[in-house]
Amino acid sequence: MQLLLSILRGLPAYLWTGWGAVASLALLCALWAALASLYGPLILPGPRETFATLHALWQSGQMGPELWVSAQRALAGLGLALAAGTVIGLLAGRFMTTAVIARPLLTLLLGMPPIAWLVLAMLWFGTGHATPVFTVFVAACPIVFAGALQGMRTLEQHYRELADAYALGLAQRMTDIVLPHVAAYLFPATVTALGTAWKVVVMAELLTTVDGVGAALASARTQLDTAGSLAWIGALLALLLLIEYGVLEPLKREVERWREAAA
Amino acid sequence: MSAVITVAAPLDLQGVGHRFGPAWAVRGVSLSVAAGAVVALVGPSGCGKSTLLRIAAGLIEPTEGRVRRGAQRSALVFQQPRLLPWHTAAANIALGLKARGVPGAARAAQAAELGRRLGLTEDDLRKFPHALSGGMQSRVALARALAVAPDLLLLDEPFAALDIGLKLELYALLRERIDAQGIAALLITHDLMEAVRLADRIVLVGGAPGRAMGALPLDRPHAARDDGWLFATTAEVMAQPAVRRTFGLPSPTTAARRTAQAGAAR
Repeated sequence: MQLLLSILRGLPAYLWTGWGAVASLALLCALWAALASLYGPLILPGPRETFATLHALWQSGQMGPELWVSAQRALAGLGLALAAGTVIGLLAGRFMTTAVIARPLLTLLLGMPPIAWLVLAMLWFGTGHATPVFTVFVAACPIVFAGALQGMRTLEQHYRELADAYALGLAQRMTDIVLPHVAAYLFPATVTALGTAWKVVVMAELLTTVDGVGAALASARTQLDTAGSLAWIGALLALLLLIEYGVLEPLKREVERWREAAA
Repeated sequence: MSAVITVAAPLDLQGVGHRFGPAWAVRGVSLSVAAGAVVALVGPSGCGKSTLLRIAAGLIEPTEGRVRRGAQRSALVFQQPRLLPWHTAAANIALGLKARGVPGAARAAQAAELGRRLGLTEDDLRKFPHALSGGMQSRVALARALAVAPDLLLLDEPFAALDIGLKLELYALLRERIDAQGIAALLITHDLMEAVRLADRIVLVGGAPGRAMGALPLDRPHAARDDGWLFATTAEVMAQPAVRRTFGLPSPTTAARRTAQAGAAR
C-alpha cells in the first residue's frame, strides 16, 4: 500500500521524463509516413491508415480478446520463467562449482533459437495453449537465470559475514541481503525477457494456434492485408510499452530508491 | 562433594591457531575476556588480529585450540561500517533484532531509541547509508551491534577512519554501555593511545604466524584516565621492549643513539 502511494507521488515527475520518448516516437512516425508515401499503401500503408485500421479493429471488438489471449500466454510464460530462472539462478550462483557447470549450459540455452523450441513444443504439446506458453518459458528462462546467477556471484563476502555475525536466518538472508542485491541484476534481465516473451508468443501463435495476435497476423497475411498486419503489430508494441513503462519501470524506481542518494 | 560453581568467561581462547591453506595466520594464542572488561589486541597489520576476532565471533573454526564462549549473544563491529545500502539507517540498526524475532514495532522503537542515544536524529534514521557521512555510518554500525544487547562485543578497528572529536565521543558512549551492561569487549586497534584509553588489558600480537608477544594490564579506573595520564602511559607503553619488538621498532637505546647522531650531523 505504502509502495503504491509512493509510486503515485512520483508519477508527475515520472511522466515529465516521458517527453523525450514521445518526441522519438513522433520522429519514427514521420519517417514511416515518408516511406509510405514513397511506396504506396499496398507495400507500406502510412501511420494514419494503420491507426485507422487499428481503431476499426478495436471498435469491432475483434482486437481486445486476441490481445488478451496473447498477453496471457506471454505473461504466463514470463511468470514461470521468472520464478524458475530466479530460483535456479540463485542456487547455481551460490556455489562456485554449480556456477562453473551452469555457464556453458547457459551459453547453449541462450543460443538456442526459439523456433527450434517451438518445433519441439508442437511435437510435445500439439496446437493448444501449452505450446506458446512453453516456448515463451524456455526462451525467457535462460535470460532470467543468467541475471540471477550473475547477481548471486557478485554478492560480496562482506555481506555473508555480516549475516553470519548477526545470526540471520535463511528467510531474512533472502529478504534483507540476497534479493535486494540480486534485484539490480534481475530488473534488466526481466525487461529483456519481457521483450523476448512478446516476440516469441507471436511467433508461436502464428505457426500453431487459432487465436491470439499471431493467428490474427497469419490471417491478415493470407488476405494480403498489410494495413491490418501493421495494426496488429502496433497494438502489440503499444501493449509492450505499457507494461514496461507502466509497470516495470515505476516498480524498479521504487525498489531501487536507495540508489538515488548515491548518484 | 560440594558443587563448584564456575562462571564461564564470556570469551576464553586456549592455544588457538588457524591455518589458511599451508600458511598459519595465528598460532598458540590464549586469552580470556571477563565480563565488563575490555581487552585490546594490539599489533602490526597482517599479524592475524582479525583472524583471532573472527575465531572469537565464531565466524571461522580454528584449526587447533579451543574456543569457549560463555556469552549468550555476541555482536561484531567490522572495520568498515558494512551497512546494507538498501535499508534505512533505522532498518540497519534493527537487523540483529529482526534476526532474533523481535516484532516490527518494537524493533523500530528500540532502533530509534538507540540511534538517538548515539546522536542520530529522526531524519538521519530515515536516510539510506549513502546519504550519511562516514561518522554517521560508524554510529549506525555501532548501534546495530549494541541493539542486540550483546554480552560479548567484538570490535575490529571500528574507529580507525574517524576524526578525533568523533572518536572521543564514541569512546565515551562505548565505555558507558560496557560499564552499564557488563559487556565483555575484545578490541582490535593499531592505535596505542586508543588501547590505553579503553582497555583493561593490552595483549600484544605479532610475528608470523601471529602469536601473543606479551600482555600489559592497565589497572587505573576509567574515570581517572585523564589526558595527562593517557599521554604518559602511552609513552611508557611505547618504550616497553615487548611493544617495540612486536612492531619491529629498533630498541630505545639504538633509537636514541640515531637521533643523537642525526642531531650531530646537522
